[in-house]
Amino acid sequence: MAEPLVLKDHSGESQVYFERIVQGFGFLLLLTLLLVARMFYLQIVQHDVYSTLSDQNRIQVQSLSPVRGLIYDRNGELIADNIPSQRVTITKELVDDLDETITALDKLIGISPSQIESFKRRLARRQRPYESVPILFRLTEEENAKVSVNKNAMPGVEVEAKLVRHYPMAELMAHAVGSVRRINEDDAKRINAIDYSGTDHIGKIGIEKYYENELLGKVGYRRVETDARGQIMGAPLDQTDPVPGNDLVLHVDTGLQQAASDALGDRRGTVVAIDPRSGGILALVSKPSYDPNLFVTGIDFKTYASLRDSIDVPLFNRATQSQYQPGSTIKPFIGLTGLVTGMAKADFAIEDPGWFKLPNNQRLYRDWNWKKTGSGGHGLVNLDKAIYRSCNVYFYQLATKLGVDRIHEHLTLFGFGINTAIDLPEARSGLLPSREWKLGTRNEPWYPGDTVNIGIGQGDILVTPLQLASAVAILANRGRVVVPRMLLAGVEPALPSRQRLADVELVPDHVWDLIIGAMEKVVHRNEGYGENGTAWAYIGRDIKYRMAGKSGTAQVVGIAQGEEYDEELLNERQKEHAWFVAFAPVDDPVIALAVLLENGGGGSRFASPIARDVLDYYLLNERYRVAANQAVRTFNE
Amino acid sequence: MSEDFVRRLPDAGFAYRVRDSGSSVFHLDVQMILLLVAIASYGLLILYSAVGQESAPVTAQSAKIGIAFVIMVAMAQISPIFYLRIAPWVFLIGVIMLVLVMFFGTTVNGSQRWLRIPGIFSFQPSEIMKLMVPMILAWYFHDRHLPPRMKHLFWAAVMIAVPVLLIARQPDLGTALIVGASGLLVLFLAGISWRYMVTVIGAAVVSSPALWFVLRDYQQGRILTFLNPERDPLGDGWNIIQSKTAIGSGGLFGKGLGEGTQSHLEFLPESQTDFIIAVLAEELGLVGVMGLLILYLLIAGRGVMISIQAQDTFGRLLAGSITFTFFIYVFVNIGMVSGIVPVVGVPLPLVSYGGTSIITLFAGFGIIMSIYSHRRITL
Repeated sequence: MAEPLVLKDHSGESQVYFERIVQGFGFLLLLTLLLVARMFYLQIVQHDVYSTLSDQNRIQVQSLSPVRGLIYDRNGELIADNIPSQRVTITKELVDDLDETITALDKLIGISPSQIESFKRRLARRQRPYESVPILFRLTEEENAKVSVNKNAMPGVEVEAKLVRHYPMAELMAHAVGSVRRINEDDAKRINAIDYSGTDHIGKIGIEKYYENELLGKVGYRRVETDARGQIMGAPLDQTDPVPGNDLVLHVDTGLQQAASDALGDRRGTVVAIDPRSGGILALVSKPSYDPNLFVTGIDFKTYASLRDSIDVPLFNRATQSQYQPGSTIKPFIGLTGLVTGMAKADFAIEDPGWFKLPNNQRLYRDWNWKKTGSGGHGLVNLDKAIYRSCNVYFYQLATKLGVDRIHEHLTLFGFGINTAIDLPEARSGLLPSREWKLGTRNEPWYPGDTVNIGIGQGDILVTPLQLASAVAILANRGRVVVPRMLLAGVEPALPSRQRLADVELVPDHVWDLIIGAMEKVVHRNEGYGENGTAWAYIGRDIKYRMAGKSGTAQVVGIAQGEEYDEELLNERQKEHAWFVAFAPVDDPVIALAVLLENGGGGSRFASPIARDVLDYYLLNERYRVAANQAVRTFNE
Repeated sequence: MSEDFVRRLPDAGFAYRVRDSGSSVFHLDVQMILLLVAIASYGLLILYSAVGQESAPVTAQSAKIGIAFVIMVAMAQISPIFYLRIAPWVFLIGVIMLVLVMFFGTTVNGSQRWLRIPGIFSFQPSEIMKLMVPMILAWYFHDRHLPPRMKHLFWAAVMIAVPVLLIARQPDLGTALIVGASGLLVLFLAGISWRYMVTVIGAAVVSSPALWFVLRDYQQGRILTFLNPERDPLGDGWNIIQSKTAIGSGGLFGKGLGEGTQSHLEFLPESQTDFIIAVLAEELGLVGVMGLLILYLLIAGRGVMISIQAQDTFGRLLAGSITFTFFIYVFVNIGMVSGIVPVVGVPLPLVSYGGTSIITLFAGFGIIMSIYSHRRITL
């Protein structure tokens, strides 16, 4: 100790110490006060909040999944079923090394990187520790066995079974009933989380979507006390059983659906068949189709991309969503408009040279059999012949005479330009042009040439196959309106918010007779070359019942003026769409349909045989006739 | 050395003698013992509930308390003069053991804290430092002019920094902070000027962002979680969310002993050790917590009284800093469980399950009693 000796000032030192220890004790009291204040805040001020949290911890509300309602066709065949599906789940807290476990599972049953990614997303959304999270769905028997055998080596890995939607008819019914999908984040924002707490899936398309509330059922609850590991302590505190969803019966007839699908074969197209007595949709086929089961538990990206990007757009429902020009199938409706308004007379005939020109306009509107040589045309044509020979020039003239306003008014009565379908949520409304529409969307006035085109179903007018089929059903009913619908029985369908049509009145019987008679001749008239119905040669020769029909051909590419086109030169995808609409039997119609063959060529030649196949199946099969009548009786009750 | 010591005493020539009263025949302080017994019993009661009303852990803990009590009684018999004499040597041995831990220590849960002599015993040298740092500083200031000068403060800072850094390296941040705090408390009681204190605290606050980068990931995580427990509610934030839920759901009178759902359904982690106060708060409510806090305050008050009555610098500083360190434990533990202090592994004194901290605490009270009972009688 080198420093100078300083004697300690003991009394001063203990004075300082006394001050300090008192200050220190004061500080200590302050800290105590802080703790007391904190405890007071947590235990008294926030008591209710933490009591609730504590109860939420302790009491687990377990949701009990309701069984989704089944969907049957009119004959009781199952269209949508629920089957148990095994899934592999991982409970993170029980796993030593998550990545190692996933690698081990991958070696065992194969797990793709995208599946791992979705698994991690689900893991991050977990509500509580010890909640198991699925990593692989729909195990095969073999995968199930492999995992079960090796489970002991992988703590935390379990195989769980859950009921999932299954569509036994796979592709056949995909576009008719739609499908469920896993609830995604967008859905989660929209739906009531409580209603869906026992459910992983939601109806995304079609019937499954429209009747979601009916099919879903009501979730049940069981309140149990659990510990932090999710282990249930003792008996449930209380329980509310789930209520299964309502089963639905559809008008669809699986046999007819199959027949329509077979008739289309591998071609792209659609068939919509309606029972005109009820509006029930008997068949709704859109090809190509897809297997909706792929989507139920999550489709892998590659498969999805190949479906989505296919040039044939199999995911697209051509029957309800695709809009085409109706072509000549519009003619019976234009003709009816002419008769009702007095602009056309049954006995009035024109001389068809094969072309039509508006006054003061050089544009040439050709008939379908026009030739450069000038040898085309249908000769003397009245309305009857204009329909069964599908004479364009007659309708060019009639449309010009009617003007767009009358056409718009009367075609609206048949549902053109309006979506009338009740339970087909994806259905589109087509387009029935008018002056207002053209001014509104194109900012152009209506030209007389526009009307000329509408007269033969070309130009701006667009229809969906479903829409055309229901217009034909109204025609078959001689004006009694039916609303196209899938549902036959099961629940009260929600009334559509859509525009309802009134029955087409003020049309005298002789007008119906003429129009329907002319459509009958399309199929049955056999009076020699140039006088036969346009479809007679293809379907009328050996037909065993009376069918009314009309062919149509919708242009895909406009043909330049004065050019006789050569089908061979056109790319297959630019070829015209073939239409055929029909109903039968003529005196007591039980089925009305619309067939569309994409890039199929001429309607009579290519589309009418499909219509004939479908009608043959339906009308010549006694069993189905009986079933159909039964269904109509059920519907009327 | 003892000659110097005696020479500088104002009343040189008088020896320490046992205070001539019945309570101190065995060098014990009856009031302190009653308070310690009360709090230990209270602690055992809570522990009994926290372990799910099994008697085995309670018996084991009682045995540890018994051993600690014997150690306390033994420590109380030793004269403060002896502690003063051996202080530098024990401190030196402590530091050497900390260095040995660095090289030969056993690693448990990622930190190297234990010194193990196979088959004989294992212990944490850092635990000794909780007593040795105050003791070495009290020794250092004992024969120096107070308030301490700059030069003395420098050496005092070295005496604090060496063990603190060695402990922080293990890593055991909680213990390092407590040890550092116990040393700083001696400086405070020694009368270090407020100016220095404000400077040191200011420097600590300013440099704290830089300290961030020294912290290990899990330590950074704890601080982030402290600031926002919802950051990772199922991971880092789980403990604090669950402990706050346990405390808050207790309310004024609690859910009743043995009725706490948070602890018994295992939502509350570490419910028998560091987080045991949450069990108390859940089952006995604010009233139960206040009772415990009052007991702690009474013990601290008794310690303060003893330190004031102590008649030399060594006794004063040692008794005062041990008492305050004890209370810092209480504050840090309850503060961390209730979410006003980041989570550091500090047990609740005399209540948390476990032997090491209890033995250190009772040893500390033994020293306080020694200081109390070996006062000179002025004739």
